[in-house]
Amino acid sequence: MNWAWTNLDLIWDRTIDHLILSVPPIILSFVIALPLGWLANRYRLSRGVILTASGLLYAIPSFPMFIVLPALVGTTLRSPLNLVIALTIYGVALMVRVVADGLASVDVDVQRSAVAVGFSTWTNFWQVELPLAGPVLLAGLRVVAVSTVSLATVGAVIGAQSLGSLFTDGFQRGIQAEIIAGIVATVLLALLLDGALVAAGRIALPWTRLRKTSKVETAT
Amino acid sequence: MIEFRSVSKQFPDGTLAVDDFSLTIPSHRTTVLVGSSGSGKTTLLRMINRMVDPTSGAIEIDDVDIASLEPVKLRRSIGYVMQNSGLLPHRKVVDNVATVPLLRGVPRKTARADALALLDTVGLDRALADRYPSQLSGGQQQRVGVARGLAVNPNILLMDEPFGAVDPIVRAELQQELIRLQTELGKTVVFVTHDVDEAFLLGDQVVILQEGGRIAQIGSPADILANPANDFVASFVGADRGKRALHVERSDGRDVLVDSDGRLAGVLVGDAVPGQARVTP
Repeated sequence: MNWAWTNLDLIWDRTIDHLILSVPPIILSFVIALPLGWLANRYRLSRGVILTASGLLYAIPSFPMFIVLPALVGTTLRSPLNLVIALTIYGVALMVRVVADGLASVDVDVQRSAVAVGFSTWTNFWQVELPLAGPVLLAGLRVVAVSTVSLATVGAVIGAQSLGSLFTDGFQRGIQAEIIAGIVATVLLALLLDGALVAAGRIALPWTRLRKTSKVETAT
Repeated sequence: MIEFRSVSKQFPDGTLAVDDFSLTIPSHRTTVLVGSSGSGKTTLLRMINRMVDPTSGAIEIDDVDIASLEPVKLRRSIGYVMQNSGLLPHRKVVDNVATVPLLRGVPRKTARADALALLDTVGLDRALADRYPSQLSGGQQQRVGVARGLAVNPNILLMDEPFGAVDPIVRAELQQELIRLQTELGKTVVFVTHDVDEAFLLGDQVVILQEGGRIAQIGSPADILANPANDFVASFVGADRGKRALHVERSDGRDVLVDSDGRLAGVLVGDAVPGQARVTP
């Protein structure tokens, strides 16, 4: 514990680094997965292709990915951008299926009625399908957030500063407290992001909280 | 006026839902399409707002072929009420009612104010405006559905078995409410149901459909009851039996009406009035 108290500044800096590495991939993977998931849900042919391809992305081992990426996108081997791109790819791999399943979960009657009263494909997506898929999307996004925070520690090995740097540094210098501090801080950060998403969901999806409330008994 | 001209619809799987269907639906009246499942009644209704496009034939609204109109724009000009209300579960009641005006670009404040006024029109307490559909009873949801259908003040109101999923008491209330609304508003209502009683109660013009959208008979409820066109119609409306086949019996010096099952149906309260057929139950 002493180590942690005397090195709070360091832990704080690495936490900020960690956030900078993991928050953009979480947002990017959601944004990229939206159109892909929509396409996968919309047509049977694209469903098979997109879901299989995105599933395969997750099967790429992370170390080869870090080495191949710079060659593919033209970044330097030690650029933090590599890590952001790699984490985004893993996030997309998870999120595409979630988006497709979330959109498929929207009640057919509601969609049909939305079309019948005059929603276009575009307004129907933004105003009906997307919000109603919200609970499923949120559940998927929470998994992506936690897994991204955890995966971002790997960046330390290729030189991207993060809470993972506390493991590598502590391991090299034999400071056990530093390793433990790194683990605890990573878990806390994951919980914090998860909590933030839950809170955002409560604000953005207010109707999901009132299931099971009593029916209003006034004259029909 | 809505006109179907030799309309046919064959679905991709080969079913011929509607075969060479022609019908004129007069303005400011309620036309009820009644038939059992497979009669194509819902397909016919959904053709009016281009949810379904005919394979052949044409549909005209006030002499304009709707095939030449943009479907989304057409739908926003026609009221639509469906079974299970079809409300958006993530929007408050007032926003559900304001849905179509908002799509048409009416400012939010105006749309909401109009929506509140519409809640009055359909007999709902304004206190329900800020609730979500799941917090309402089935009957209340259906009223919100009607309010939404009326929100753009459409000439045409399409109703697809709107009262099919509520209990009989609430259904009777909603039917009376619709009759009251229709007296006030005089919309061109096209109403689909499989319930003959509902059709006779609501319809100025009743269209009895057989499978494939074949018209078995068109007429006022009184015409159809008095002169069923064929055995199918007679049997479908039950003119030959049960509570519709009434005969007069004399009891204690007064005439009473008795149905074919022997149940007392009511009393005769006046002499026959020419051109009107009304039996008080």
